[in-house]
Amino acid sequence: MTDILRSFPSAASARLAPPRFGWSRRPPLGLLLAWAVLLVAAAWAVAPEIFTSQSGVVGIPSEKLQAPSAAHWLGTDELGRDLLARIIHGARYSLSGAFLAVGVGLVFGAAIGLTAGSVGGRVEAILMRIVDVMLAIPSLLLALSLIIILGFGHAQAAIAVGVTSIASFARLVRSEVVTVRRSDYVEAAFGSGGRFLQVIWRHVLPNSLTTVLAYAALQLGWAILQISTLGFLGYGAPPPTPEWGLLIAEGRKYMMAAWWLTAFPGLVVILVVLAANRVGRAAERATR
Amino acid sequence: MTRRLLERLGQALLVLWAAFTIAFVLLQLMPGDAVLIKFVGGDLGLSPEAVAEIRAFYGADAPAWRRYLDALAGVVTGDFGYSIASGVPVAEEIRTNLPATLWLAGLAFALAVGLALLVAFLATLGPFAWLRGAFQALPGLMVSIPVFWLGVLLIQIFSFKLGWVSVIAPGPWERLVLPVIAISIPIAAPLAQILIRNLDAVSTAPFVHVARAKGASRRWVMLRHVLRNALLPALTIAGVLFGELLAGAVVTETVFGLNGIGRLAEQAVRAQDAAVLQAVVLIAAFGFVAINLIVDLLYPLFDPRLRRGGRAPA
Amino acid sequence: MTNALLEPRAVGAETRPLLRISGLEVAYDGVPVTHDVGFEMAPGEVVALVGESGSGKTTTAQAVIGLLPPNGEITRGEIRLNGEEVSRWSPRRFDSIRGSVVSLIPQDPGASLNPVLTIGAQVSEVFRLHGRRDRAGIRAEVLALLERVGLSQPELRFRQYPHELSGGMKQRVLIAMALALKPALVIADEPTSALDVTVQKRILDLIDELRAENGTAVLLVTHDLAVAADRADRIVVMRGGRIQEQGPARELLAAPKEAYTRRLLADAPSLSAPALARPGRLGGETAIEVRGLVQNFPTDRGGSFRAVSNVSFSVARGSTHALVGESGSGKTTTARAVVGLRRPDGGKILVNGQDPAALRGEELRQFRRRIQLVYQNPFASLDPRQSLRAAVEEPLLNFEPLAKAERERRVHEVFARVQLAPELLERRPAALSGGQRQRAAIARALVLKPSILVLDEAVSALDVTVQAQILRLLDELQRDLGLTYLFVSHDLAVVRAISDTVSVLQGGEIRESGPVAQVFEAPQTEYARQLIAAIPGRLRRG
Repeated sequence: MTDILRSFPSAASARLAPPRFGWSRRPPLGLLLAWAVLLVAAAWAVAPEIFTSQSGVVGIPSEKLQAPSAAHWLGTDELGRDLLARIIHGARYSLSGAFLAVGVGLVFGAAIGLTAGSVGGRVEAILMRIVDVMLAIPSLLLALSLIIILGFGHAQAAIAVGVTSIASFARLVRSEVVTVRRSDYVEAAFGSGGRFLQVIWRHVLPNSLTTVLAYAALQLGWAILQISTLGFLGYGAPPPTPEWGLLIAEGRKYMMAAWWLTAFPGLVVILVVLAANRVGRAAERATR
Repeated sequence: MTRRLLERLGQALLVLWAAFTIAFVLLQLMPGDAVLIKFVGGDLGLSPEAVAEIRAFYGADAPAWRRYLDALAGVVTGDFGYSIASGVPVAEEIRTNLPATLWLAGLAFALAVGLALLVAFLATLGPFAWLRGAFQALPGLMVSIPVFWLGVLLIQIFSFKLGWVSVIAPGPWERLVLPVIAISIPIAAPLAQILIRNLDAVSTAPFVHVARAKGASRRWVMLRHVLRNALLPALTIAGVLFGELLAGAVVTETVFGLNGIGRLAEQAVRAQDAAVLQAVVLIAAFGFVAINLIVDLLYPLFDPRLRRGGRAPA
Repeated sequence: MTNALLEPRAVGAETRPLLRISGLEVAYDGVPVTHDVGFEMAPGEVVALVGESGSGKTTTAQAVIGLLPPNGEITRGEIRLNGEEVSRWSPRRFDSIRGSVVSLIPQDPGASLNPVLTIGAQVSEVFRLHGRRDRAGIRAEVLALLERVGLSQPELRFRQYPHELSGGMKQRVLIAMALALKPALVIADEPTSALDVTVQKRILDLIDELRAENGTAVLLVTHDLAVAADRADRIVVMRGGRIQEQGPARELLAAPKEAYTRRLLADAPSLSAPALARPGRLGGETAIEVRGLVQNFPTDRGGSFRAVSNVSFSVARGSTHALVGESGSGKTTTARAVVGLRRPDGGKILVNGQDPAALRGEELRQFRRRIQLVYQNPFASLDPRQSLRAAVEEPLLNFEPLAKAERERRVHEVFARVQLAPELLERRPAALSGGQRQRAAIARALVLKPSILVLDEAVSALDVTVQAQILRLLDELQRDLGLTYLFVSHDLAVVRAISDTVSVLQGGEIRESGPVAQVFEAPQTEYARQLIAAIPGRLRRG
């Protein structure tokens, strides 16, 4: 029993937000900058040697704890290692970790959400209850619990972060699938003789996935933050890995003498997370 | 009403039980346990028999289902077992550490709410377009800041550079100032985002248009019609924020060297002390469930639509 | 502040127009959406601003009350109220006349009341905003007003919240608010388009009465020329942001000068002559047979609600049967059961001799080749990610394998049938107009060569001119292909134009049924009489 007149998006909604004529098609400057930041970070991760000739692990003891200068743009640490070089080499760990984490969350979350949303009934009730419970535990604490099992290490930390995001992915995928499944076009697809899996594959999956992929882009920034937090606490990659969180943790010991050791890695994290969020939000908006 | 109350209580207990089960499965059934870590290290030189004896003492050798039931019975009676790292009952560790963290979290929460309201109002009602734009972008920046880094930065600026907050012997309040700021900023961000979105959405609702057509000024409409409708939905993320506060406590207590639940959790991970971490996880889940329960039960007081009552035939 | 506007009945009010708009141009984000709009209203007059979606009628009305959206702006022209140019007034100055001199009856009563304040508080607000302070006095006036707009138990309504009232009751509350201070001008912006026909008529009657009582002028914004014909002294027809034609209602309707107005008149089903009787369609074999259908829905509280009870009708092959009723009448539920989307909780359905409820799996799939559903909302019934070609081709892929060339031929053929240009095949739904989408949806339904189409409010979401085109298309298809239609609609005028037989539903039961001419010309039941009397445009038809 659809209340036809009231449920239909009438002229009322159109009038509240009149079409924005004359709005240029060129992407805004902020978005371009965000893409640029992400591309640079990705290039650092893939080929750090292009960007710095100095090592990220071996230092020059005579040049320890130097303030930023022409020779060392961002200064050096207690072993005379160039901070910029360490940050560039560290991109690999932060980015690969974030991708691994989001991949874990996306794949398992999508599997759970898709199953719950398309099968429905008791299966859905049980799966979503489990998801509710996972959401009741703060993600950092859940990640710590997993790290106790998996042990310390770069991949372990990334997987732990990924597992904690399964619940939110599952919930989003399910709600998308349920919305799409209730849509007229899916009913019409069944009505014109479509078989269950055909319809899921042709209509439900592609239509629910766009939103989910946009969310995954948003999760990338969050994952970078979480992984750097675990790195900072010392549960991630061991020293002398130049992982960004660990850089800050190590720099902490020289807070008084060498402010640059903590300030710059932190700023890089913020920039990359900001850029990832900006791109994610743009993607999210584009799917609506 | 009582039926609804009982139903919601039942649901809350179910979630807690499930959280306990997940935590137990994750933490107690893991391969390397704390007993091995603590005692099999070379320095104590214990024989395998002695280790087995210790394991028996901690109940680590019983079958899984038995340990599960014991642990569940323990939790119900407030007994979380022993911390294997320190040998002290976990319940006692929690009791000594909880108040400090609750203070930290409570103050941070208050500051975060204030901050979020400020940002949201300036972002929607600010006098100039550029100012509104700047404040609309601010929450995005605030969520991107790592808490641990912010903590370190605050110490560098306010303790070392400016010398405003002593690090050597701070007073009981002085010690909380910087950590509270550090936690509250990332917590305020999602709250501010929700408030901004709601204020925007409610401001364009047809009933606001109607109120304006009655002759109400922008200000009147904001105070009488928009605020309550926009602020209410923010209550629903209170439970999530509590969890984020605890997570923030893990980091800030470590950075600032404060005692509390967060530090306890951090040390428990280092020592693979599952019993302690499990207790912290349960407290977090309990807080989440309790806060959501309270919000659920209070919500109808603020929103007449959720009150059970006669409904005219449509 | 001396404000001439606060004295609407000042000396000389009869000699100058109450509202005079000239050369009005409104722009959104710098882009003009209305051009050189100008018309006048005398005190106490009803002027209808008529147009299809995007015609600029609502924008014009919003400009008059000074409530354009934030990105909208008056770039040219003027708006004079009682001779005063108000379009460039400060917001504060405008606030003082809104509600007291100019007020608004909004379109969507469901969303137009603040959900967390009581009805009493919201109506009282009008008085408080315009300087009244005595609580007891305000209360007494509000209660009297609520009673005046036809709400029973005003004391109870005063304490109630919006969600406790029906749509029609909410619209009455909104009317009470708009007329509380006896303004000189009320803008009624599609005041009834979200309401059922019978409620719509009562609300329009109420506005009429109050207008006569207070001498208030009404600017009636509507897409429905029939409503305008019934209610307005003068009509202003808008299209694409410009005024097409304006004049006294009687003259404009009797002798429209502009081609567009003539088309609007011809396409409005309630204003054009009733369709000719369509002989020879009845009495053939039966395509759909429904006997004693019962459908229940579970309710929140664990009970069940009977949406359809004991509904029976039959449809002859090649004819059109309409299920007509207001919201909640069970018409859509019945149609969905016929297509096999719901299993009946009682009774029996036979479609081409088959009972859809008895079919499972493969049999049900094969059954669906013969009967197809067309939805109300073409925006929702096409997958936004599919090109039209893919959408129309998909049903063919679901059944026996056809060679690619053969599929291509069938798609082109059906596209031509629904009069869509082949260039549109590669487009996605978002790049099409509402009418084109609905044609595509019909093409998808036809590509399997079904014998029955179930049309669920299939033309309700479309503008009248588009609606008329689709109705003509449906008629042609029926003639050429011998289709049987089950036509679900709330719009009696459309039903009369297209159907052979009709069942009138109310509260899940059939009140009356029979051939269209018989039911419309000589309704036997009180409810059918009411419904038919509520069709707008009857005043003009005489």
